[in-house]
Amino acid sequence: MSTFLRSRWGVLAGFAVGAVLLLVAAPAALSVFNLALLGKFICFAIVAVGIGLAWGRGGMLTLGQGVFFGLGAYIMAMHLKLADASLFGGSGVPDFMSLYGSGEVPGWWEPFRSPVVTLLAVVLVPGLVALVLGLAVFKRRVKGAYFAILSQALAAAFAVFLIGQQATTGGSNGLSGFRSFFGFDLKDPSNKLMLYSIAAVVLLLALAAARQLMHSRFGELLVAVRDQEERVRFLGYDPATIKTVTYVIAAVMAGIAGALFVPIVGIISPADVGVIPSIAFLIGVAIGGRATLLGPVLGALSVAIAQTSLASTFPSFWVYFQGLLFVLVIGFMPGGLASLPRLVSRLKQRNTEKRSTAPASAPQVPASAAPTTATTATTVPEEASR
Amino acid sequence: MTTPTLLPDGEPRAGGLRHGRPKYLEVRGLTVAFDGFVAVDNVNLDVVQGDLRFLIGPNGAGKTTIIDAITGLVPATGSVNHTGTEILGRKVHKIARLGVGRTFQTASVFENLSVLQNLDIAAGPGRKARELLRRRKGVDAAVQEALEIIGLERAADKQAGTLAHGQKQWLEIGMLLVQNSEVLLLDEPIAGMSQDERDETGQLLRRIAASRITLVIEHDMDFVREFATSVTVLAAGKVLSEGSVAQVQADKKVQDVYLGTAGMEGH
Repeated sequence: MSTFLRSRWGVLAGFAVGAVLLLVAAPAALSVFNLALLGKFICFAIVAVGIGLAWGRGGMLTLGQGVFFGLGAYIMAMHLKLADASLFGGSGVPDFMSLYGSGEVPGWWEPFRSPVVTLLAVVLVPGLVALVLGLAVFKRRVKGAYFAILSQALAAAFAVFLIGQQATTGGSNGLSGFRSFFGFDLKDPSNKLMLYSIAAVVLLLALAAARQLMHSRFGELLVAVRDQEERVRFLGYDPATIKTVTYVIAAVMAGIAGALFVPIVGIISPADVGVIPSIAFLIGVAIGGRATLLGPVLGALSVAIAQTSLASTFPSFWVYFQGLLFVLVIGFMPGGLASLPRLVSRLKQRNTEKRSTAPASAPQVPASAAPTTATTATTVPEEASR
Repeated sequence: MTTPTLLPDGEPRAGGLRHGRPKYLEVRGLTVAFDGFVAVDNVNLDVVQGDLRFLIGPNGAGKTTIIDAITGLVPATGSVNHTGTEILGRKVHKIARLGVGRTFQTASVFENLSVLQNLDIAAGPGRKARELLRRRKGVDAAVQEALEIIGLERAADKQAGTLAHGQKQWLEIGMLLVQNSEVLLLDEPIAGMSQDERDETGQLLRRIAASRITLVIEHDMDFVREFATSVTVLAAGKVLSEGSVAQVQADKKVQDVYLGTAGMEGH
């Protein structure tokens, strides 16, 4: 069974099942409201696929993916606002600008009037920001907690910047009240279904891309960089390049997810892109299993579903529950829920070993009890700081 | 890459190859200082292709620091010339690409990857992006040959983390081979090995050193006597003596340095 799942046909079958579940079963079973909710969760899952690559495979604790999610989202939101203004207002100026600003569209909004520029920018802007940032950070060998703090600070700064721009980004209210999406009426249920379907297809594509990367030579190299960054250098590779490429891919996935989030949810505000959502992205990935292909997606989906159902029943309790879950998973199951089957089989094995060997023998400790964390300590001496 | 030639015929010998234009590593005035403490002091060292040079000396003599300096891990002054190319001052990965490879006292293989994946990565810095994004299909000829040379064909699909200590060191040496390193800098490759593993490692070194520039740091004098073709003795960051094992052992200065310690004649 497991060999079939790993074969080419097994993988195709897996994708087919996923496609049927997402594109046929879910729309048939769920109400319009719940389908939109699932669409929102799928956007989080797309971000999670990228985090799974960057963090799970590449060891980069990306605590600031909200930035890239926000860039994609705001670019899309600006386009929708401008398009609505031309379609329905006639003036071509988004409503909130007349309320809070001079009533004129700022110059840097103008390019996003064009649908083509918008779609390109959704991919290119997060990608370029990640490229510049990645090169600056990884070439200087900033890593581990320092990288995490830096990316988190960036998310905080981004949110603060957005809040301060009341007249051009809607401030803490954000951008909302979209009525059309590239000419389609957003109130029409069939268009909502279309948006959901786009998100689902993008998720499947992101998964396919992530799978290809994980199983390629690049994926093997990425794991090598994660586990022994200094050693990779002595083989003639520059780890900074490998990490930057991965970081850019994760950023592009987050940007596209953000752009899909806007028409599906109908609002983007600094509260969706700051520190707390950035951490929330990560929690799902950690719980699901960061180093696996499906772990991040399933983790992100289940955390989002749990949040929606639990937060409505116990609104103040959810945050504590989320934090507790995070601590428990990181502390006791660093591989996430995806490692559960392996842990169980290892426990079984250990039990049978105990029974078969004499009681006098020392307890057997598996060499790789924590496969993803135990090996991150490099045996190669760190380069002397200059 | 029609017929991989990781292992041409021949045995290493003192002074290296006597025909053609042998490659060389020429170290001149190499000095490494940490906050005023001079760990390596104006060291000159020549190793020619085909020589199996051992670098010995008491603890703290600066042996590992010399390798660290050559491979760009610690900043140093002076000159390190690899067959006409100055390598000192370049970045670590650039030096590696110029054909200078090293191992570490603690075997540092990629524990979560298989033996085959470890070797494949080592063989790959020259690969193009398109190749990198594809799945590995089959086994490179050089990788296959290296697997045979280091005797790990049967363990090719094992996770490197599960290998025995000696096998990890052999894997590291195999990685140097597929990396196409012309200069091999091995830091105590037999530390912690059983006697059988030591013998096999010694044979392996003799086979690969015939066509490479090889510098091995070692403490075990029996091993040095058995396998070295030439020896450099280091003490307090300076070169104390150089020559064949017999010459070095007869050197009064060397005997003085080793007096009271385990000793050159010990073991």
